Parts: sequence; structure tokens; C-alpha cells
Amino acid sequence: MDNEHFEPTIIGFTCNWCSYRASDLAGTARMKYAPNVRLIRLMCSGRLDPTFVLRALSDGADGVMITGCHPGECHYIEQNYKALRRYLLLKRVLAGLGIEPERVKLVWASAAEGARFAAETTVFVEEVRKLGPLNLNEECKMQKDESDNSSFIIHPSPFEKEVSV
Amino acid sequence: MKPKFAMYWAASCGGCEIAVLNTHEKILDVDANFDVVFWPVAMDAKYHDVEAMEDSSILLTLFNGGIRNDENEHIAKLLRQKSKILVAFGSCACEGCIPGLANLSPVGDIIYTAFNTITTDNPNAIYPRTSYDVPEGELHIPTLSRMVRPLEQVVDVDYFMPGCPPESHQIAAVIDLVIKVVKGEAELPPKGSVIGAGDSTVCDECPRARNVKFIKEFKRIQDVAPVDPTLCLLEQGIPCNGPATCSGCNARCPQAGTQCIGCYGPAVGVMDYGARLITAFSSVIDANTPEEIEHILDGIPDPTGQVYRFNLAGSLLKANREAWRVK
Repeated sequence: MDNEHFEPTIIGFTCNWCSYRASDLAGTARMKYAPNVRLIRLMCSGRLDPTFVLRALSDGADGVMITGCHPGECHYIEQNYKALRRYLLLKRVLAGLGIEPERVKLVWASAAEGARFAAETTVFVEEVRKLGPLNLNEECKMQKDESDNSSFIIHPSPFEKEVSV
Repeated sequence: MKPKFAMYWAASCGGCEIAVLNTHEKILDVDANFDVVFWPVAMDAKYHDVEAMEDSSILLTLFNGGIRNDENEHIAKLLRQKSKILVAFGSCACEGCIPGLANLSPVGDIIYTAFNTITTDNPNAIYPRTSYDVPEGELHIPTLSRMVRPLEQVVDVDYFMPGCPPESHQIAAVIDLVIKVVKGEAELPPKGSVIGAGDSTVCDECPRARNVKFIKEFKRIQDVAPVDPTLCLLEQGIPCNGPATCSGCNARCPQAGTQCIGCYGPAVGVMDYGARLITAFSSVIDANTPEEIEHILDGIPDPTGQVYRFNLAGSLLKANREAWRVK
């Protein structure tokens, strides 16, 4: 499938106090933005366990958007800074696993910033569309089928690959 | 007739076998209570001997090692068929362990590197072939699979016993339990349980003091001088895997002055070991701006290897995406 016709699946985590209300505002104000994002509301971006992101990616999401209150405006004082630290380390770990770190994005949006939420969502969907499908769930499935029949075999052909030492 | 016992090693180092022998006189209890029918490292037995056994005729099989090639997979399936209780024994069988880090590279690169590094004398570029014709017939060696898989991803597993290797006192306790079960004096834990480990984290067993201190840089332990022997290592900026790691070892490494590397695998309730460690490491960083946080994170040179040192093959993503793609 070429990337032009690929519709990314995005999981979005929103915080109850700012970014969820921003998305609500975008909706009530009838702002148009990409329909690819599935929002999950958390009480705070600080609740975001990196497990959620990894689970989303391994279950078929092409990208994950994490949203929260602006720095200094967290309802729980400073939990969004914790989200920021986790996010930055998580991106490094994902890069080591061959997954483009750009598939995970952190966006700050206050309750008044419906327009910002809508615009950032649309931008992110286009960024992920350019990266193409991730399809980790399909690739995992392939592995399971292979172990059922005996085609789980690597022939010496990979040896021909040139690797610079 | 005594119940039958088997132990097998797949993709592992052999340390689990040593740990079993390291139970000292307890090993005599194994001999007194079990008929050892298959244990390649300790006795001579052939695969066809196992194939000839009746299904479910072995009471207890301790399987250590991950599934790296088709021979491992064949024996895993065979022992599952012949065993009543199959235990994923040790970190490799539970979660891939150090051999599981091979999942960071496509299998072709692994073989290429093994036969091409600067210290390897291989001028004619000779690689192992999985089958070869000789006058006496065709010879086979096992074929590497695309990636290392923990035992559970290949066959149904009854119990998990973590550790690299499992601590000898934990092995002894499990042996005692199984002997009691055989004599009808105790019940087996529910299927799928983690046995021979605690129900908390290494931090809970660690005697070092925690003061909720934040750090400005991560450092390798050899770059910290002197290491405070009483203070939490993470609070000294040393990446210690204790917060995500299952208890059961009595915090052996932190007590000996070095960081926990996470060999007991994920603690109870941890779905993804690396994710839990990301949270733990992030929680001690004393910075609020992206630039400063990035600078502190530069102190962990290999974040993926650090947080998935033992758990990569058993994690949610299991491998580098490049390794998935190679057919």
C-alpha cells in the first residue's frame, strides 16, 4: 500500500483537565481535524505508563499521541514533567527497537486550545502517514503462523548481504 | 517406581545447570526421589530415547534456554508432549535473557558478524551450512530461527522460575515442594505461576537507603568514586534495574556493591519490563526542560539494552523491527 492511501491508526492519550477539554472544545466548535485519532482519557499525562504506548504499537497502532497540560499548568502540580521525562527516554528506547521515534508525539494543549489540538492532530496524522504503516501486530502474527508449520527457517541467503565492519 | 525427572538446555549458557548442582546435598534428594531419565549435561541419553517414552510419562521437566533454532523447538515440543509438569527454568526460558538481545539484529547480520569480525580469521569467507553432502550421506546442523523466543511462545508452560541463574536456595525450595507433592503432602501452585521468586521488587529486599533524591546525571558505576555503600544506587545516578525486577534473590548485586541488572525478570504485575524501568529512571531525573532532560539521558549510552537487558524476547515488542522483517 502506498503511503498516500494509507490511513494511520493513532491512539491519543489525553489528560482530563486540559487536553481532553481541548478536544471537547474542538468538537463543540465544529473544528475539522483528521479522524484517525482514537482518544483515551487519563486523569493526567503523568498517569501515562510507557506500557500503554508499547501496547498500542504492538497491537496495531501506527502512532501514539500523548497530550497534557502546558508545563507549569498541571492540575496535579508537576506530573506533566514526569510525562515529558518518560516520553524522552521512551523515544530513545523505541529508536533502539527500530521504530521511528517520530511515531510518538507529545503535545501540550490547554482547555482553551481546541484549535491547537485539532491542528496538531492533523499535522501528526500526516507525519505518520509519511512514515507508513507500522503493522507490528501483523508481523507478530506472521511469526506465530511460521512456528506452526516448519517454514521458520533461514536459508544461508542472508549471508550475501554486505555488512560494513 | 520413582517419578521421572528431565532437564534440558536450549539457547542458554549452562549456568542454570550449575545452579542446580550448586544446591549441594539437595541434589541427592533429587536422585533419591526421582529417576533422572534425560539430562544431557549430566548423563548420556539420546533424543530417540525420549521419543520412545510414553506421553506425559516424565513428571517434572526443567527446561532452560530460549528457542533459537529448529533443534530447540523440536525438543521443546517433544518434552512438552512427554512431561506432566514443564517448568520454564531460568531467565532464558522465561524471557529470552542475554541470548534474547540477539533480537536487536536480523539473523543474517548475526551470522555474518560471527564469521567476519576483525578478530576472525576467515579469508575464504566460509559460513556454516545447515546441510552438507559427504560421501557417507547428508549432514545437518540446526538452523537458526528468525529470533530468540522464550519457551512460552512455542509451547504451553506450567510454571516459570526466573533468575540468571535461579538462586540455589530457591531451587532447593522448589525441589522440596515437588517432593512433597509427590508424597501427597502439598499441593501444586496454580498453573502459570511464577515459582521460586518473591512477590515484590528487588528494591524491597535491598537494604540501601532511599531518600527520594533527584539526580543531575547518569553515570556508569565505574565512573562513580566512591560508591556510597548505604545509599540507593539509582539516587547516586547509577542505572539500577531493581525497581522493575522481581524479588527473590535477596538483592544480591546491590548488597555486593553493584547495580541490579534485572536477571529475575519483571516483578509481579509488570506487563512490560522496559516500560517500568523507563518510568523508574525518569522518576529520578532532576530537570524540567527537554534540553536538560536529554542531556541527563545521554548518560545512558544504550537505553534499549539497559532496560531490556534480560527481557527483550519476552517484552511487548519482542525484537528490533529489522529482525521481524527478515524472512
